[in-house]
Amino acid sequence: MTAITIPSLPAGRTLRLGGSRIVNEVRAYFRQGDSVFFTFLFPLVMLTIFSTAFSNQSFGTDASGADVSAATYYLPGMLAAGLLLSGLQNLAVDIANERSDGTLKRLAGTPLPVVSYFIGKIGQVLVTGAAQAALLLIVAGLLFGVALPTEPEAWLTFAWVFLLGVTTSAVLGIALSRLPRTGKSATAVVIPITLVLQFISGVYLPFSQLPEWLQNVANAFPLKWMAQGMRAVFLPENFAAEEPGGEWNLVGVLIALVAWLIVGLVVCRLTFRWIRKDS
Amino acid sequence: MTKSSAAVSVRDLRKSYGKLNALDGVSFDIERGETFALLGPNGAGKSTAIEILEGYRDRTSGEATVLGIDPGHGGLAWKAQLGIVLQSTGESGNVTVREQLTHFAGFYPNPRRVDEVIAAVGLEAKEKTLIRKLSGGQRRRVDVALGIVGNPALLFLDEPTTGFDPESRRQFWELIRSLKNEGTTILLTTHYLDEAANLGDRAGIIAGGRLIDIGTIDAIGGADARVPVVRWVERGVRREQRTSQPASLVAALVRENGGVELDGLEVVRPSLEDIYLELVAAYEHPAPEPTPVPDPTPAPEPVEGPDPSTSSATDLSKENAR
Repeated sequence: MTAITIPSLPAGRTLRLGGSRIVNEVRAYFRQGDSVFFTFLFPLVMLTIFSTAFSNQSFGTDASGADVSAATYYLPGMLAAGLLLSGLQNLAVDIANERSDGTLKRLAGTPLPVVSYFIGKIGQVLVTGAAQAALLLIVAGLLFGVALPTEPEAWLTFAWVFLLGVTTSAVLGIALSRLPRTGKSATAVVIPITLVLQFISGVYLPFSQLPEWLQNVANAFPLKWMAQGMRAVFLPENFAAEEPGGEWNLVGVLIALVAWLIVGLVVCRLTFRWIRKDS
Repeated sequence: MTKSSAAVSVRDLRKSYGKLNALDGVSFDIERGETFALLGPNGAGKSTAIEILEGYRDRTSGEATVLGIDPGHGGLAWKAQLGIVLQSTGESGNVTVREQLTHFAGFYPNPRRVDEVIAAVGLEAKEKTLIRKLSGGQRRRVDVALGIVGNPALLFLDEPTTGFDPESRRQFWELIRSLKNEGTTILLTTHYLDEAANLGDRAGIIAGGRLIDIGTIDAIGGADARVPVVRWVERGVRREQRTSQPASLVAALVRENGGVELDGLEVVRPSLEDIYLELVAAYEHPAPEPTPVPDPTPAPEPVEGPDPSTSSATDLSKENAR
């Protein structure tokens, strides 16, 4: 008998399988009722509550002296929260569950490249995050009368803050998925983290009203920078005066998000395993 | 035959968790095209062994090759030649049977046709159903389908038919026989000894991390273990006797009985299950050493097969106490 030969695999399959994973992931995501509510619709629900509850209040005036409505004021924060929920919260809980319920073990026994799996997860976050942002913008514009920006530069800023924010958030979610010990504890571990971040990062409470030490804590985390980037897009120019340093500081947004993206990638590279061997 | 020609080759395989030796020096080969059944009680080390060969666990020492590759360092091309049906799965299952199989088929360079696989596991009527809505036995069939969709050279089946009804089990056996006919090498663990007897070419029995017997299905346990048993009822007491001449014994018994038929007469050749139970029991309660040291506690009778030449009938209580 001859020795066994293992035929090599065709090139280019990592990207093809990544695409196939995205389709599979997005399909499964929208069939999971609780994830659709707690990550996909949650920012929309919060925007609706805030816009309705504070509909008679003014949140300041723009350069022409017109009142800024609650919906306008809260839209950037909800967009930023959506990035955090669709990316970090969704993936940290999802992957912890997949580790616990045997999905990762099954995939580990197939010739699926790990990179294709990551492409699938990040692709799912991009697709669902974009759909979520579009839904928020449509509802804000049509239902709550928010005047969306018309200048291309604003949308260009939106595009890079969105893409960088959602990618960073997704990568951090993959990194954080190692933290919960079981799938059952995943939401209990992850949701408090994202909830606290939302409260200290200017999503629900105006950032300028937080004490300085709390602002400094928030500065260390990415959500504050995503929210700031979104405010730069959707709030009147004169609102920049309320930001720390009196400016939108988009360079700071860029640096903070890229730094967190690198941290996330390094942690993923060092800690991600299909399964816990010998556990 | 060189080592590299065997589909699976294991030499002195050991795995310890702290002081516990889950595998304590196991050696066997599985030839290409062969179906090998690994049997043993729960916790004996079957799953540890199979998971080392699948690349899921690292071994403590010893040698292992699977399709010529060290399973601790198997790459994607190696995995593409394997089919793995794990023991238990609890995935959320938010995809349909067909979606999942089509998706997994794409991972492999030379997959089976999805229609063919769905038909082979008998899930045609459920192919558009979400996996989470299937019954336990149907989900298990999806597991088996995912294991074979990549057209593997080597298929690992870890207790594949748990939760199957008898009819599904027979259908599954047909499926495995057709895979065998196509030349697939199969490593099977099962608690159903009739399954091992029906599908296996050879079997190995693991107990306490050691391989206590290995051989072809019709030779395992040795010739002595296969001596037929004659059972009958005599004055209300069940009797049994092992003999290599059962017909003569029955004739003699009928003669003694004045030519009257015996009550409850049966002549049984021990099944693989009987032999397996004897081997495992003999391992777990070894016969006391023939030394003059008196044992204060009455040792349990070994359930070894008695000498075929013996003619003394044994009471069945021992058999039932097992």
